[in-house]
Amino acid sequence: MGKAQKLVQWDPHDIKDKLLEKYPPKVARKRAKQIMVNEALENSTPEITANVRTIPGIITMRGCTYAGCKGVIMGPTSDIVNLVHGPIGCSFYAWLTRRNQTDAINDTNANYITYAMSTDMQDSDIIFGGEKKLKAAIQEAYDLFHPKAIAVFATCPVGLIGDDIHAVAKEMKTKFGDCNVFAFSCEGYKGVSQSAGHHIANNQVFTHVVGDSDSEKTGEYKINLLGEYNIGGDGFEIDRILNKCGITNISTFSGNATYDKFASANQADLSCVMCHRSINYVADMLETKYGIPWIKVNFIGAEATAKSLRKIAQYFNDEKLTKKVEEVIAQEMAPVVAARKDVFPRTSGKTAMLFVGGSRAHHYQELFTELGMKTLSAGYEFAHRDDYEGRHVIPHLKVDADSRNIEEIEVSPDPQLYKPRKSEEEIKKLEAEGVDFKEYAGLNEAMDENTIVIDDLNQYEAEKLVELLKPDLFCAGIKEKFSIQKLGVPMKQLHSYDSGGPYAGFTGAINFYNEIDRLVNSRVWGYMKAPWQENPELSATYAWE
Amino acid sequence: MLLRHTPQVITERKALTINPAKTCQPIGAMYASLGIKGCLPHSHGSQGCCAYHRSTLTRHYKEPISAATSSFTEGASVFGGQANLLQAINNIFTVYEPEAIAVHTTCLSETIGDDLPQIFNKAIKEKKVPPGKTLLGAPTPSYVGSHVTGFSNMVKAMAGLAENTGTRNGKINILPGWVEPSDMEEIKRIAALMGVKISIYPDTSGVLNTPLTGKYNMFPDGGTSIAEIRDSGNASGTLALGEWCSADGARLLDTQCKVPCSILDIPVGLKATDRFIDALRTVAGTSVPDEIATERGRLVDLISDMHQYFYGKKVALVGDPDQLISMTEFLVSIDMLPVHIITGTPGKKFEKRIQEITAELNCEVNVKAKGDMFLLHQWIKNEPVDLIIGNSYCKYIARDEDIPFVRWGFPILDRQGHQYFPSIGYMGGLRLLEKILNCLLDRKERDDTEEKFELVL
Repeated sequence: MGKAQKLVQWDPHDIKDKLLEKYPPKVARKRAKQIMVNEALENSTPEITANVRTIPGIITMRGCTYAGCKGVIMGPTSDIVNLVHGPIGCSFYAWLTRRNQTDAINDTNANYITYAMSTDMQDSDIIFGGEKKLKAAIQEAYDLFHPKAIAVFATCPVGLIGDDIHAVAKEMKTKFGDCNVFAFSCEGYKGVSQSAGHHIANNQVFTHVVGDSDSEKTGEYKINLLGEYNIGGDGFEIDRILNKCGITNISTFSGNATYDKFASANQADLSCVMCHRSINYVADMLETKYGIPWIKVNFIGAEATAKSLRKIAQYFNDEKLTKKVEEVIAQEMAPVVAARKDVFPRTSGKTAMLFVGGSRAHHYQELFTELGMKTLSAGYEFAHRDDYEGRHVIPHLKVDADSRNIEEIEVSPDPQLYKPRKSEEEIKKLEAEGVDFKEYAGLNEAMDENTIVIDDLNQYEAEKLVELLKPDLFCAGIKEKFSIQKLGVPMKQLHSYDSGGPYAGFTGAINFYNEIDRLVNSRVWGYMKAPWQENPELSATYAWE
Repeated sequence: MLLRHTPQVITERKALTINPAKTCQPIGAMYASLGIKGCLPHSHGSQGCCAYHRSTLTRHYKEPISAATSSFTEGASVFGGQANLLQAINNIFTVYEPEAIAVHTTCLSETIGDDLPQIFNKAIKEKKVPPGKTLLGAPTPSYVGSHVTGFSNMVKAMAGLAENTGTRNGKINILPGWVEPSDMEEIKRIAALMGVKISIYPDTSGVLNTPLTGKYNMFPDGGTSIAEIRDSGNASGTLALGEWCSADGARLLDTQCKVPCSILDIPVGLKATDRFIDALRTVAGTSVPDEIATERGRLVDLISDMHQYFYGKKVALVGDPDQLISMTEFLVSIDMLPVHIITGTPGKKFEKRIQEITAELNCEVNVKAKGDMFLLHQWIKNEPVDLIIGNSYCKYIARDEDIPFVRWGFPILDRQGHQYFPSIGYMGGLRLLEKILNCLLDRKERDDTEEKFELVL
């Protein structure tokens, strides 16, 4: 609004060269492999380097393994006491800073999300070891809260000083009898990013919790929703839609999750994966151990939501469900279409860049497409090659020295509980009808030719990209937000949603349309220059009469 | 209820900290480093720390917070982080071109025992530091003290750069302690009014309250230059505001450069500001101008005008030691009753100081250093208060217990103003009282019956 339409004429290869120009040669060589011009090839995409160590001093956006494990996967669960074994910082910074909502606020169930618990290690614990203090802290937490479970998280120094948190957890579990205690070796230095923490969390939750429920879950069309963290109420909106369709969500990993929901995940008949990066390990293990197939879904974007619902209906192959899903889609789409029609003239033709964690840089492109906006550049902080190029590259992935010590656990079919949900023929038939099992095509495929895909974007590249490509909107996180806005470019946080949301599902799409309309058309971007700065040459003495 | 698992009955906890009233050292060092002109803070540890510290500061200021990290991997964690730091120094000077890099450490690099001075020497020897650029560093182990300790350690590292060249510069050094950019600006305003030449460091004004102009400078014009910090060894004296934040730096200036120092409280409230102004007047040998006396008189006037609303009101406080000492004194000076006082930062001296300040109150005062907000909440359940003053995390207690709440301290993640309006000095005192009054009177008007609802208060 009011802004002159700018000409965007650039060659992505030139942009890439410009990004690399200033780097020392070694850094430039390494970054060159992590910056890719998307060529939109028919059958394959060019290879990108991802999930490799961060360049020291480059000002990365990345966090650590502890953040991926405690902050992301375990943080959203309401009735597990999350106890951080370490100095105070790790616990403090993960205290209520991710917006994973829970409805345990409103009932009498346990809700520990508002509490940050830590062993607050002191120098004496570093010197003499912290196991005794950890044991005492677990005991104190048990005496105060009597929770169903206590999860212990290691931080950087724990691994170095050799505290055996797993032995402590086991001992306390045996001692209590009525409280499951388990531990996560998610020291911050493991792996190269949050990603290692996801993997560690997946392994431990699967080992210690999944299958541990006595109660039988009833309901029709039972699914798990994997990799949905209920940021800003996304999970609530998805559950609302699923309920309306008559689909039973047994367990969300891990938005609004409870111990019992995790524990019952083996009772579902289909796993639906939202965030592939963080939870694909659990999806695979559920299939191997219990025979639950998984499909990739996406509830970000109204069209994507409709598509995902249809996919679920197709899987269950039940006329009643199919009919209901179509009814719901028709009903929900009406206000979405109206909202889109309203904002479209003001958003279409605008451009966006997305650099978010490990999945949203892909998912949110659906919403921008619906708004008529083009994604010029996108990338992840910590995704792996399969998230960029699709799961077909997995057999070719090499685990490098920095990630080799992340535990891979062996899972085999459960002698009692393994039950294939579909016969091989049924699976083949569904595949022929277009239901892809265990498949994720990745980010690159979703992007246009000559767009730029960048892994582990840093501060320098972010500024340079904005300067060169002048997008109408930049999407990333809190650390990037204000430097981008100083440049006069609206910035949308796609981690915290800037306190907004939900953005998932149909209601979420409407929220997002309005939010993006507000951002890209805000009057504030027109105020950066004062009148005397706009026309400095017109200086003269004002004559008072 | 948001904190419904907090029981009224207090049981002793020896090992478990719940809802801490502190965070860890490096974030304080990062904040202090941002008060050096053209300086990029650097976190020597795994990158999660740096991401968390930047995020927290950015949520508090709604400003970009730049900092780099050594990004330790498992290998570096076992064999030492020297190679990572050397690479980082080279990359930072090449790509971001700061004037200085201020390195702090984390529990990781401290546990493995990386030696910063040795790595710095190697970096200089290998010509990874361009001519005229500065490396400074402070050990900031997260398992000792708190964020306040980390701030103090970085201030001390800054003071360590000072040189006594033999020629006095006629200035007074002020180490402002962990206060807001607006507070640092206020100190500069007061000194200017009094005609006292000062060197203040760290100084985050002009760094963490920058304008929106369409340009982004990673290194804005604000901050104290390295040259000025070096020159602080030639000052006539140092006023260190806050024992916990500033005393170590000031004492180092004394022993290293023979610059005498005086340790004062952070000038929050009437009396602490009185002492600050008086000390500044005395050491600089100037007189206090009428403007400042007028500001003081306005503060006294407001206290007298609205005294009935302050008198006898019970307050729970949580925060950092230096701030709490001054705030407690301020509340006592206006006849409020600070009855529960918690800091997460260790230090026996804190409890003693609070007991002295509150000795004459006719009520019991709970005070604990190395306490947490879980205990504060339990105290409140046992002895309710009329007001809570503390950081944003207090809002969970305030909502559950339905108690008026004034945001003050660090971090404030959900309101604006702290970066723009001071809460130190007489002007800051006026602002604090305005906030307290607004909060108490809003509550009174919410609770008053319609027949008791009044226009004039």
